Amino acid sequence: MVEFNHKDLLGMGQLSVEDIELILDTAESLKAISTRDIKKVPTLRGKSIVHFFYEPSTRTRTSFEIAAKRLSADTVSLSASTSSMVKGETLIDTARNLQAMNPDLIVLRHSSTGAPHLLAREISASIINAGDGINEHPTQALLDLFTIRERKGRIRGLKVVIIGDIAHSRVARSNIIGLTKMGAEVTVAGPPTMIPVEMETLGVQVVPNPRDAVMGKDVIMLLRIQLERQSAKIFPGTREYAKFFGLDRQLVSRAKKNVIVMHPGPINRGVEIIPDVADGPYSVILDQVSNGVAVRMALLYLLIGGKQSVDLD
Amino acid sequence: MSILIKGGELINPESGTIEQSDILVERGKISKILPRGTIEEQGPRLTTINATEKLVVPGLIDMHVHLREPGEEYKESIATGTMAAVAGGYTSVACMPNTKPPNDCRSVTEFILRRARGAGLARVYPIASITMGQKGLVLSEFGDLREAGAVAVSEDGYSVVDSELMRRAMEYARYHGLAVICHCEDRSLSEGGVMHEGVVSTRIGLPGIPAASEEIMVFREICLARLTGTPVHIAHVSTKGSVSLIRKAKEEGILVTAETAPHYFALDHHALMGYDTRFKVNPPLRTPADVQAVRQGLADGVIDVIATDHAPHSAIEKDVEFDRAAFGMIGLETALPMTLSLVREGVLGMVEAFRKMTCNPAGILGIQGGGIKEGAPADLAVIDADIEYVLSEEDFHSRSKNSPFIGMPLKGRNDLTMIGGRIVWQESGKHTGC
Repeated sequence: MVEFNHKDLLGMGQLSVEDIELILDTAESLKAISTRDIKKVPTLRGKSIVHFFYEPSTRTRTSFEIAAKRLSADTVSLSASTSSMVKGETLIDTARNLQAMNPDLIVLRHSSTGAPHLLAREISASIINAGDGINEHPTQALLDLFTIRERKGRIRGLKVVIIGDIAHSRVARSNIIGLTKMGAEVTVAGPPTMIPVEMETLGVQVVPNPRDAVMGKDVIMLLRIQLERQSAKIFPGTREYAKFFGLDRQLVSRAKKNVIVMHPGPINRGVEIIPDVADGPYSVILDQVSNGVAVRMALLYLLIGGKQSVDLD
Repeated sequence: MSILIKGGELINPESGTIEQSDILVERGKISKILPRGTIEEQGPRLTTINATEKLVVPGLIDMHVHLREPGEEYKESIATGTMAAVAGGYTSVACMPNTKPPNDCRSVTEFILRRARGAGLARVYPIASITMGQKGLVLSEFGDLREAGAVAVSEDGYSVVDSELMRRAMEYARYHGLAVICHCEDRSLSEGGVMHEGVVSTRIGLPGIPAASEEIMVFREICLARLTGTPVHIAHVSTKGSVSLIRKAKEEGILVTAETAPHYFALDHHALMGYDTRFKVNPPLRTPADVQAVRQGLADGVIDVIATDHAPHSAIEKDVEFDRAAFGMIGLETALPMTLSLVREGVLGMVEAFRKMTCNPAGILGIQGGGIKEGAPADLAVIDADIEYVLSEEDFHSRSKNSPFIGMPLKGRNDLTMIGGRIVWQESGKHTGC
């Protein structure tokens, strides 16, 4: 059996194809727990997990909380406004103090790229990166891979297009690393102001115009347009974005017939996606959310579950 | 008391010669330079320094350091900074004005010089800010600053955004005999960036600073130098485009000089892959092609000076999230081995390498030093070019430890520093000054 030999999950780059398959397979076997009457197994009984969210989050935070609780771990939740960060404590000091209480795992969401890497160097608890700056959001990429595999039966050879603000998206970067590693062909699209320099070096094709980019694709992945970016001079406004880059029915029809449409949430209805596409038959947006719990359960189990087997009975 | 430095290989960057000569130092000055073994080794109070198999060079001159005093003494003080300087072989340093308060008036310049005299180590030459408070609005009092002892003006850390103000600064500085040093950065392009914008920033998800941010301002300063006929000096050149702009300007006869720092010819942006804040510096570490262009610029004389941009920061500024960490790295104690590596790699000849660390910066700033001649103050360094070693944090004399070269194999080290005939540093037995 493949072993998962990582102390932390900081980014998709550290995972091998076998690691990713192991995570997805484990998630598949854990998924059933969430549909049972009693949605709890004792696997992580006696383990403590700290959810440390420096940035606002609904989906990711709730998903991690639920995943931990379904595995019987004890959880504590901290946010920037309720932590000593508001008193001027540094990340390293906060982390060392948390470490002194001996948690098994810390889930960190932070606005700074590399913050989880800093934490992982400093303390011995396992760290899961729940989004760092504009860098990575590996658990999102893993749940996206899970959802694609569930819907399409495979990842290798699929044509995936990611549309939106690639430059400022940690979801995009993690997905690009994960998808290319698993053998998908990835295209990115969006206004050139939202495409980072030398993007091709990540192994993707850049086709800025979505009309061309979606042609023949199996998967369309949208990114949330961060409205606050408008002040960063990268686009004129949401009306213009929706008109030229928003996903509508016509655009979807240029992709493969059985295309699936994904979005990491929260969606801006009428900006990057029009409502009837978001709610339409192609959309797997809510499957992504359900699968997020299973994938995070798998990661918690693999990182701190030790040698125990999962009790599925 | 007299000192005889014998047996060394004497490198004289000013005259461009390497001689097997001994030096006799009397009353703080070089009194005799004679072929090896020909100076009488007797006399009542003669100390002999054996420099066999060592290089004897003019004391190094660093035209770009941050001594952090006044205001940020927890990072560095004039005493600790000049201690780091003499340990690294420097006898003169020019300190940038971004202290707290900034060096924008006579009293701060005088304070710096007073503290430097008190420390009694390297000679300190204050650089004043171009505008009051480095705010980019009103010129500082250049005349008064010059009288107090400032040798140059610079807005280091910023470019003066207002082009007319920069033009007037050049014209006015020239009248007062102050060198003009330009930090080239278009902030509207670099704002928010924390590393070079390129393949690595795209890969590791850090906001980038494009090369154009530097090059736009390099070009503006060149245009203003041509307009005003004022010599300008471009600080810390880091990009291929900057090197090429400066090369063309020099070919056209525009009075422009340039410096780079060891990290720009020795390190590239791949060093950032682990988010180690020791490698966060402004301008940022660039691509291997930029590094190559900087080395080429050094080799063919487009870049006149190797400075350090010694920028001490404490753990408070560096042991934090990458985007919150301060820009800058210390360099006074590692510039010599890094420059000697350029000589070993054939980028620079030995004499040319020391020109860029002695007489070239002295000429640009209009200060003494940079040569070895009879009658001149005895500012000298004795260097062991062959010794191999690795530095750890504890080895640094700077109050801050933010060096990118910790743990890297280094070759070549300063063994002895003499300022005005006084031995202020000796590797065996460490410093003797104060």
